[in-house]
Amino acid sequence: MMTTVTMTVNGKSVSETVEGRTLLSTLLRDDLRLTGTHIGCDTSQCGACVVHVNGKAVKSCTMFAIEAQGAEVSTIEGQANADGSLNVIQQAFQDHHGLQCGFCTPGMVMTTASLLKENPKPTEAEVRTYLEGNICRCTGYHNIVKAIMAASGQDVSSIAAEQLIS
Amino acid sequence: MPKDDGIGAATVRREDVRFLTGRGRYSDDIKAYGECAAVFARSNVANGTIKSINTDVAATMPGVLAIFTGEDFVEVGGNPAGWLINSRDGEPMKEPKRPVLAHGKVRHVGDAYAAVIAETAAQGRDAVEALEVEIEEHAAVINMKDALAGTNYVHDEIGTNQCFDWGWIEDNRAATDAAIKGAHHVTTLELVNNRLVPNAIEPRCSIGDYNPGTGDYTLQTTSQNPHMTRLLISAFVLGIPENKLTVIAPDVGGGFGSKIYHYGEEALVLAAAKKLGRTVKWTSDRSEAFLTDAHGRDHVTKIELALDDKGNFLAFRTETLANVGAYLSNFSTVTPTFLHGTLMAGNYTVPLVYVNMKTVFTNTAPVDAYRGAGRPEATFSLERVIDMAAREIGRDPIELRRQNFIKPDQYPFASAAGLEYDSGNYDALMDQMEKVSDKTGFAARRAESEAKGLLRGFGVNAYVEACGIAPSNLVGILGARVGLYDAATVRVNATGNLSVMVGAHSHGQGHETVFPQIVANMLGIDAASIDIVHGDTSKIPFGMGTYGSRSLAVCGSAVVRATEKIIAKAIKIAAHMLEAEASDVDFSDGTFSVKGTNKSVSFGEVALKAYIPHDYPIDMIEPGLEETAFYDPANFTYPSGAYCCEVEVDPETGKVRVDRMTAVDDFGNVINPMIVTGQVHGGLGQGIGQALVEQTTYDDDGQLLSASYMDYAMPRADDLPFYVVDHSQSTICTHNPLGAKGCGEAGAIGSPPTVVNAVIDAMQSGGKNITHIDMPMTPHRVWTAMNNAQ
Repeated sequence: MMTTVTMTVNGKSVSETVEGRTLLSTLLRDDLRLTGTHIGCDTSQCGACVVHVNGKAVKSCTMFAIEAQGAEVSTIEGQANADGSLNVIQQAFQDHHGLQCGFCTPGMVMTTASLLKENPKPTEAEVRTYLEGNICRCTGYHNIVKAIMAASGQDVSSIAAEQLIS
Repeated sequence: MPKDDGIGAATVRREDVRFLTGRGRYSDDIKAYGECAAVFARSNVANGTIKSINTDVAATMPGVLAIFTGEDFVEVGGNPAGWLINSRDGEPMKEPKRPVLAHGKVRHVGDAYAAVIAETAAQGRDAVEALEVEIEEHAAVINMKDALAGTNYVHDEIGTNQCFDWGWIEDNRAATDAAIKGAHHVTTLELVNNRLVPNAIEPRCSIGDYNPGTGDYTLQTTSQNPHMTRLLISAFVLGIPENKLTVIAPDVGGGFGSKIYHYGEEALVLAAAKKLGRTVKWTSDRSEAFLTDAHGRDHVTKIELALDDKGNFLAFRTETLANVGAYLSNFSTVTPTFLHGTLMAGNYTVPLVYVNMKTVFTNTAPVDAYRGAGRPEATFSLERVIDMAAREIGRDPIELRRQNFIKPDQYPFASAAGLEYDSGNYDALMDQMEKVSDKTGFAARRAESEAKGLLRGFGVNAYVEACGIAPSNLVGILGARVGLYDAATVRVNATGNLSVMVGAHSHGQGHETVFPQIVANMLGIDAASIDIVHGDTSKIPFGMGTYGSRSLAVCGSAVVRATEKIIAKAIKIAAHMLEAEASDVDFSDGTFSVKGTNKSVSFGEVALKAYIPHDYPIDMIEPGLEETAFYDPANFTYPSGAYCCEVEVDPETGKVRVDRMTAVDDFGNVINPMIVTGQVHGGLGQGIGQALVEQTTYDDDGQLLSASYMDYAMPRADDLPFYVVDHSQSTICTHNPLGAKGCGEAGAIGSPPTVVNAVIDAMQSGGKNITHIDMPMTPHRVWTAMNNAQ
């Protein structure tokens, strides 16, 4: 059973004919070729697939494409500034080495955007708790937490125990 | 002086921009015109005989293009172990064939016995469900002791479940036994190094393509070492001529060892592509990853430490059973042996070491190298038994270690386990660890914890490991079936920018940033004008890839050697341009100048001359400016470190929280401290994960109970603290041109015993006579131990 689904993705109206069982993540990756949204698990745990649907962070592997009928969807590809430069969150991740292999990174950035919208100055504990649904295997989270706090405008040099290199 | 983007600079990573904007290109992001999908039928029993596979119904399902079974691959080769290990009696290890698809028997849950190729993966999955398969289930071989004692064999044709019974150093066995027998004090500890699943967040993915017009195959795959994968497929498995197979590893989303190895799915998509003339893609889901990616660790060890009456270490002796799973994965035989036994002298002047290692086949997924690969297991055994010994003889654990440390003036030091350590300063690391961790403040912090009703413990660890694998001559003697050099080609383009082709392959390590820093430093040009090419066998020289913390020490050294050749040739070209003798030409900061004159040409001018060789001594110097170097290391490198941590334990629940974690490491010269620190952070996260939460559990029937992120505890952000990481006490590697040792695995090696030692310290402070708790120290285990203790 094929259905036509229409939505706005990163500000652009799109329309695709999909099977009913098609996931939002599949529509984004396979039909729209927005491959920045990643699939890292099959139980909604890892968070590599987080996008925003009508402004809320959603795991796109756990939502059918047709459930996003008429919705405003934004993905990692739509996060940079209009001139193509990294936005505040993306820049903080680069500046503080908040990514290594990069696979969980799109989900981390999208979750961070959602966190900072809800809580513009989160504490370390609040950041760590909010990341419950995003798994990173590379960074031990240190630099992700630091990057998120830096993106919120906080002085991370006084928060994080830091390396001493002489 | 380092340039601001040269050696020693904490340059931000250039690869980040594409990863942060969704423009990375991982294997599953690649979509070929007309591609179809491979879906595997996998055994749901651990041990069974395949009676029949009827594909008739499945073959008529919508979209189905072809179905393969083990029968289709009986004529091709098996996936080999990369290292031949001999038992103590000289017998070669048992090496049963590992086929592309299971044939005759299935040997672990997840063992693939058929593959459906369909237009879409969803159609393929539907067709797999329609296969009519009869598998006669047999009792599973799971427990290693039972496996060795029984007559139920994972591989009937070898008549045993033991792969080998290895001794190291066999000539020291009697002396070690005597030392232990006659010792003033012997501490004995039995421990488990828990089985882990690497869990790179990017699942494996392989895409096979075949061009009937040329006979060329292309495999795009999630690999840490594309040339090694090509060699294995060509020389051992499918027999495709090496020159007709290109292996491309694009962006790879983490590996931690699990993407070193060649897996049957890679061979299957190539064979299917040839049969169908279509591009065939397989992407693992997470469940398949748990069932089929090579697992890590899984040792059961008894270790003894003999001491004299002054606390001097006299001998270490271990007996270990190591699980290799159902089939030998590529590094599975070297990981528990030469990457483990050779480190069993640790940081110590102990004169005798004897390691007995029995490896065991079981009906479980293959077990192979995972971040640290044998060294975490060695460090864990050593540093746990030393801590226990200190308690037993009433010594401070730090002072007992210091007493037995190799001292800085003893290098090069021949360890009792057969390695020659080139450099180190373990006391300096320990001093720095005590300082930056504020050890003196521990008593006050313990009082604060106790006021909250919590126990607080302090744990310490010292480690040395072997990286930069490895000198080919040495490993050849020890049984390696490959050389372990690496290679780099530096191509100076006509317009003066550079492409550097390397054999190492980044799966998160930041090679695209770090290697240009080295070349920029040597040539005195901007790193931004240098690009790295990696991961494509049609473009890069034959290098062995990225694992064992080797990329910088081995491939980075090849980059240095190739760049030196560039400079040597460029000086000759510059000498001609400057009408001087080459011996009179100096090169610094990107400029060639004639000694004692103001005559000079820039690097860019020389590059242009090399490619537009008008007025050029064509009879003496070839045009072009491109050089390749292979670098084979003279020795392993020996990173070392001193770690400590403080834990809080809630006696009501048994919950352990790591409050402070300090890692002081000696990695030799550091090229990019930001990246090195990040590598330590990641290792610490995985090591704390092993210590506290991660556990791979098979039930007696061989069902993997921990086969999803619902059941296997991956460390989350709120399980972990901020870390203190320090590289201030480095000593330089003496035998490679960068002086670099390697940093990728240290955190995962140093942290597990540190955490366990801290928890035991907390238990003791609470008046509980608990001497050991096995990892992972879950609340249930800790609570049970506390309630069972006096």
